[in-house]
Amino acid sequence: MAVVEVRELVKTFDHGKVRAIDGVDLATERGEYLVLLGPSGCGKTTLLRTIAGLERPTTGQVWIDGFDVTGLPPRARRIAMVFQSYALYPHKSVHANIVFPLRAARVAQAEREQKARWAAELLDIVPLLDRKPRQLSGGERQRVALARALVREPAVFLLDEPLSNLDAKLRATARDELKRFQQEVGTTTIYVTHDQAEAMGLGDRIAVLSAGRVRQVGPPVEVYDDPADTFVATFIGSPPMNLVPRDGLLVGFRPEHLLPAEAIPTGDRVRLKLAVDRMEYLSGDRHLYGRISGIGQETRVVARLPATVTAPISAGEGYDFVVPRDRLRFFDASTGQRAEPVPL
Amino acid sequence: MSAGANPAAPTAIRPPEAPVTPVPAAPRRRLADREGALAWIFLMPSVAYIIVLVAVPFVLAIGFAFSDVTAGDPSFDWVGLRNFRRAFDDPVFWQSLTNTVVFTGVSMVLIVLLGKVLANILMADFRGKWVVRFLVLLPWTTPVALSSVAWLWMLDSIFSPIDWVLRELSLLGQEGALFGDASNMYWLGKPGLAMTSVIAVHVWRITPLAAVIMMAGLVAIPRDLEEAAQVDGAGYWRRMFEVTIPMVLPVAAVAALFGVVFTFTDIAVVDVLTRGGPNNSTQVLTSWAFFRGIEGGDIGQGAATALFMFPILLAAAVAILRAVRRMEVR
Amino acid sequence: MATGATTAAQADRLRRRYARRYVGRRIGVYLAAVTAAFLCAAPFLWSTITAFKQNRDLYTPANNPFRFNRPATPDHVTYLFERTAFVTFAWNTLWVGALVVAITLLLGLPAAYALARLERPWAGWFGVAIFLVYLVPPTLLFLSMSRVVVELGLQDSTWSLVVVYPTITIPVSVWLLIGFLKTVPRDIEEQAMVDGYSRLAAFWRAVVPLAFPGVVAVVVFAFTLTASEYIYALSFVSPTEEKVVSTGVPTELIRGDVFFWQSLQAATVLVAVPIAFVFNLFLDRFIAGFTQGAVKG
Repeated sequence: MAVVEVRELVKTFDHGKVRAIDGVDLATERGEYLVLLGPSGCGKTTLLRTIAGLERPTTGQVWIDGFDVTGLPPRARRIAMVFQSYALYPHKSVHANIVFPLRAARVAQAEREQKARWAAELLDIVPLLDRKPRQLSGGERQRVALARALVREPAVFLLDEPLSNLDAKLRATARDELKRFQQEVGTTTIYVTHDQAEAMGLGDRIAVLSAGRVRQVGPPVEVYDDPADTFVATFIGSPPMNLVPRDGLLVGFRPEHLLPAEAIPTGDRVRLKLAVDRMEYLSGDRHLYGRISGIGQETRVVARLPATVTAPISAGEGYDFVVPRDRLRFFDASTGQRAEPVPL
Repeated sequence: MSAGANPAAPTAIRPPEAPVTPVPAAPRRRLADREGALAWIFLMPSVAYIIVLVAVPFVLAIGFAFSDVTAGDPSFDWVGLRNFRRAFDDPVFWQSLTNTVVFTGVSMVLIVLLGKVLANILMADFRGKWVVRFLVLLPWTTPVALSSVAWLWMLDSIFSPIDWVLRELSLLGQEGALFGDASNMYWLGKPGLAMTSVIAVHVWRITPLAAVIMMAGLVAIPRDLEEAAQVDGAGYWRRMFEVTIPMVLPVAAVAALFGVVFTFTDIAVVDVLTRGGPNNSTQVLTSWAFFRGIEGGDIGQGAATALFMFPILLAAAVAILRAVRRMEVR
Repeated sequence: MATGATTAAQADRLRRRYARRYVGRRIGVYLAAVTAAFLCAAPFLWSTITAFKQNRDLYTPANNPFRFNRPATPDHVTYLFERTAFVTFAWNTLWVGALVVAITLLLGLPAAYALARLERPWAGWFGVAIFLVYLVPPTLLFLSMSRVVVELGLQDSTWSLVVVYPTITIPVSVWLLIGFLKTVPRDIEEQAMVDGYSRLAAFWRAVVPLAFPGVVAVVVFAFTLTASEYIYALSFVSPTEEKVVSTGVPTELIRGDVFFWQSLQAATVLVAVPIAFVFNLFLDRFIAGFTQGAVKG
């Protein structure tokens, strides 16, 4: 049974002028880490808030743990939420923050203390219990917010871009901690982010959203290797997938699959010519920016050569490049949807 | 353009020979840039104005308090503490003091409480909000003398509409009625009732201002906190008392401060409604100083009485400001 | 423990309960709003009726004060306009208010900017001191202030008010504006200065436009304070043509024991409504200005 299920959800604002959620069906597995990924304004935060009960759906239903919770306020839904700003009560100590939901649920004192202790130990914030939020660093605040969510023992955690307020350096360690935390606790988690690298790193499954609709749901590998449409193909992966127009189709291949002919001497390959305009060095890889011809219109593309490919390349020259045929993905040029492969 | 650049990088393109521009002369610091001078120029007018028109009269007033100046005899003779001693000997002075404390204390509590409730109402979403806001602002925006006169009729000893309604409801003017068997309440005629009336009118007038100030505070509370409290399971009242009110406390203190200042320094309500009567039961220090000083002509006495208020007000204001600073949560 | 439904029936019941609470809350809000509006405005609504009542109707205690027991008459309102100097009073209040507001801004805005921006160590103390000036009650000052007014030769002239009122409005306005100006990002001025403007010009061109909500708040607030002021107006100005509405109306329309009630009520409503209307127009900006000024400053 799905822990969280959303059925035909539609949410409009401004008397129907803005369709923030345009018909979404989604279900989570028990214990999974589901990431809602998309650019700003795609509706992912609205979707999260509707699941939480902070927004009322225009039509459609929200089911949590097998019950139709549409119309119920947040506190009747067995959820816990971590906001982007963490929303810690500034006038309360860390301990009081963590204990707050338990007091709201009228849990007895002894049990409250025990649970608070357990959550604080799990998140390694026991020495911070007497401090006030303004005395904590960003990372510490995040852990307090998690402890406060954990202590409710909810059916699902809802996280709204909790890493975006951290320094880039901290983000990587925070990501790792989050993932381990979720695996240890085992609660279903729905996580919203616009950062595709974060999504790929954290999610068991990723739901890619754009303009209020879900474009694709699947494990990271699937979303990366088998994108359902051009939006997913170009949103996921950095640099994004190359798309070459050809006869009403778009032929797609990832930058790391565009290699010098010598690098892939055998196998079923498609040959093309690459005129290199510019080169960048990034962490050992070489990123080549240029134009290709041979399989469609001349198009600007990016090639990513790992350090193991040592073929000498200079800007301003043209080279023979290849793409393995099984790495090609075809999309309909007008709808953007995945299409059948076509012989080249 | 480091030495270890990529050998395959395109050769650097040099910008065309730039024309030689003359090096400008060392820029003079014009007056409009000299920050120190600018600060003083910006401040001086206000400071000068206030010194001339506030500090000087203030010192003068202190001087008066220690003198025997009257309207009839404007010569300035030092009399030491005589005015103060006379004030302390005057029972009306002490009654005024008590009245001032009661008036301010009760008004303050009511203004803050009712102001908070009103602020919540004005923040809610409902149709006709603009009209309600307009109506609610009327007590504060009307010149105090005029609204007091309007109330003078409402509380009249014979023609009061309030009495009329009470009579129609049989709460007044009959044997065993809740408010007695007289045909009128004498809102401004009976000592206890007069104080109640004066407090009521004053609260009526200031509450909208307090509400507006507190709206500013409520608006500043991040929406996240409210929602987090909702998700955490807190109901309306718990959210109100454990999240909203603690966060609004600094602003409530500011509203209280304004309220105290306006209450202490107001004489219009008392002057118009009761002239301090009956029997000085609504006399406050401010009005007493006015009566003695201007109408009674005893300027020295009036100044002494008025001067007495200032330290009290100062202490209250400093206390409130300190509390606000301590309560400040970022 | 997160509370919630454990059976489908419970979920249903919970949903109905919350639906009911929601409706109840909406009704409660409307009820509260109506009550508040009524309590605040009732005297004015009733004043409007009274203004048109005939004497016989008004001065009979047994009559329903909320109805026209005899036909309404515009006589008293016409009396207000034709036989008293009401129009003069209103006009005086208007131009005095406008001038005072102008002076307040002229003196107060630069002062607030100086205290907010130009980092001087004594700035904080100065701000507090300015506010403390506000606390000095007019009732203490008016006795000696009248001497000053006489010295300036402004006794019995409306101009005395123009000179004196800013002492009331400037302290509060500066206090509000300091907090507000602090929230204008420094980037804006620094950008202007890099672009070639002097500090002064940067202030005028970049900061002042951004401070507009705060300025509006101050303008509206200062005007209401000015229009409402009673003590100074009473003490300094006796001639009828020089009076403002705040003192003119009560003194003109109360001759000894005789109160011209209907005209008084008419005057009250006529003055109250426009001011409240304008205040309401700018209320949102006032709150924004106050939020920045008082709450965060």
